[in-house]
Amino acid sequence: MKHGILLHEPQDDVGVAVMDLKKGTTIGAMTLEGKQAGKVKLLNDVPLGHKVALRDLPKDKPVLKYGRPVGKAVQSIARGAHVHTHNVKTLRWAI
Amino acid sequence: MINANNLKLNGYRRPDGQYGVRNHVIILPVDDISNAAAQGVAALIKGTMALPHAYGRLQFGEDLELTFRTLAGTGRNPNIAAAVVIGIEPNWTERIVKEIRKTGKPVAGFSIERYGDLKTVEMAARKAKDFVQYATELQREPFPVKKLCMSTKCGESDTTTGLSSCPTVGRSFERLLKGGATLIFGETSELTGGEDIVESRCVSEKVRKDFRCVFDDYTNLIKSQGVDLLGSQPTEGNIRGGLTTIEEKAMGNIQKIGRCKVNSVLAPAIEPKGPGLHFMDSSSAAAEMVTLCAAAGSVVHYFPTGQGNVIGNPIIPVIKLSGNPLTLETMSEHIDVDVTGILRMEMTLDQAADHALEVLQRTINGRLTAAEALRHDEFVLTKLYRSA
Repeated sequence: MKHGILLHEPQDDVGVAVMDLKKGTTIGAMTLEGKQAGKVKLLNDVPLGHKVALRDLPKDKPVLKYGRPVGKAVQSIARGAHVHTHNVKTLRWAI
Repeated sequence: MINANNLKLNGYRRPDGQYGVRNHVIILPVDDISNAAAQGVAALIKGTMALPHAYGRLQFGEDLELTFRTLAGTGRNPNIAAAVVIGIEPNWTERIVKEIRKTGKPVAGFSIERYGDLKTVEMAARKAKDFVQYATELQREPFPVKKLCMSTKCGESDTTTGLSSCPTVGRSFERLLKGGATLIFGETSELTGGEDIVESRCVSEKVRKDFRCVFDDYTNLIKSQGVDLLGSQPTEGNIRGGLTTIEEKAMGNIQKIGRCKVNSVLAPAIEPKGPGLHFMDSSSAAAEMVTLCAAAGSVVHYFPTGQGNVIGNPIIPVIKLSGNPLTLETMSEHIDVDVTGILRMEMTLDQAADHALEVLQRTINGRLTAAEALRHDEFVLTKLYRSA
């Protein structure tokens, strides 16, 4: 596989690890349509199915996946970091 | 690319003109205390199946109506050749029998009071034996895709369902819709964050209002309980699989309807009135949702899973699709359609849909699904509120 991360839409802030990814490695990202979306150096281990930040995300920024907000950053998130419940929360229910 | 009209489907034609893909004779208890008698009959007569459940006593209002509708709908489902209904007393038993009888299929009701379990089992078993002999003589015959009614719901979803198994169902549904099939989806709670997409797909302003009304009712119910669903939505399994928020989960879930339009909004366990895609107000709990779909007339179900939900249903085959390589590696016995190639970019969504439709055809023609072979017979009634 030439890629380790898949994106739904080119503008997405996060991509999905399609295999267990190791901290420190540099891995290619690709859209579901097969377009290259650059390479990312991983700041954390990211298990299969979990998300990786594809750009720096400041605190409170809505996080795009499927080309639309699926939550907001509750702390600043660096490119290459593991993105999950510790740094992103829903925009829908009171938190 | 497989065109849905070219699928070679063979099923059992019922007296009402519907086609079943299974040929069950069921022993249906009206209430929890009739489970023992129903199971007694099924133990005696080969080829019958009891459907024990936990409710049916002292329910009232809408909750009671839903139980009646689910039980009657289960008996009415085209996968059922004939039904024996057993209840504690004759009135409610007869209500279920009457609804099933409208389809023209053989049905008989028995009540336990003034006979006891043993005499009831004997009488019901004699009838069940006749029904099995009737059913086993029925033959499959070809039917067009426009006579197919099927449903979808995903479970133990993760980020891979949104990337692979759910859009595979979406592509398959687009083709089945073109062929004139009747399709059902639902899971009201799991549309939170993507409800605007479903709204925008509604075919008319009336359908859009119906959908908004059902969705708002659900949201108000949650508010009235003074809670939010953090901790339940996404579930622990979803979070383990990498889903972070309800919006992310909803977006994955909605991929199952592809680019299809929504023709109508149905209350739980209501049979759709015609072809097209229908939204049924329903829980997102797998066994409850599939039981409601079956009661609404669905004869087969597409179930995308990420982390590996193992659910099945006693009367309709549940076809599992997964694109998660870890799930295929560790629990492949549960998966019917492997779409892991999508994550490796070795399989396009159209190829995945071809595979899903091919497995659908084989399943309809009689091949047991993984869930059927593994005896996953989850029959679960949806309870709206506590009993009297």
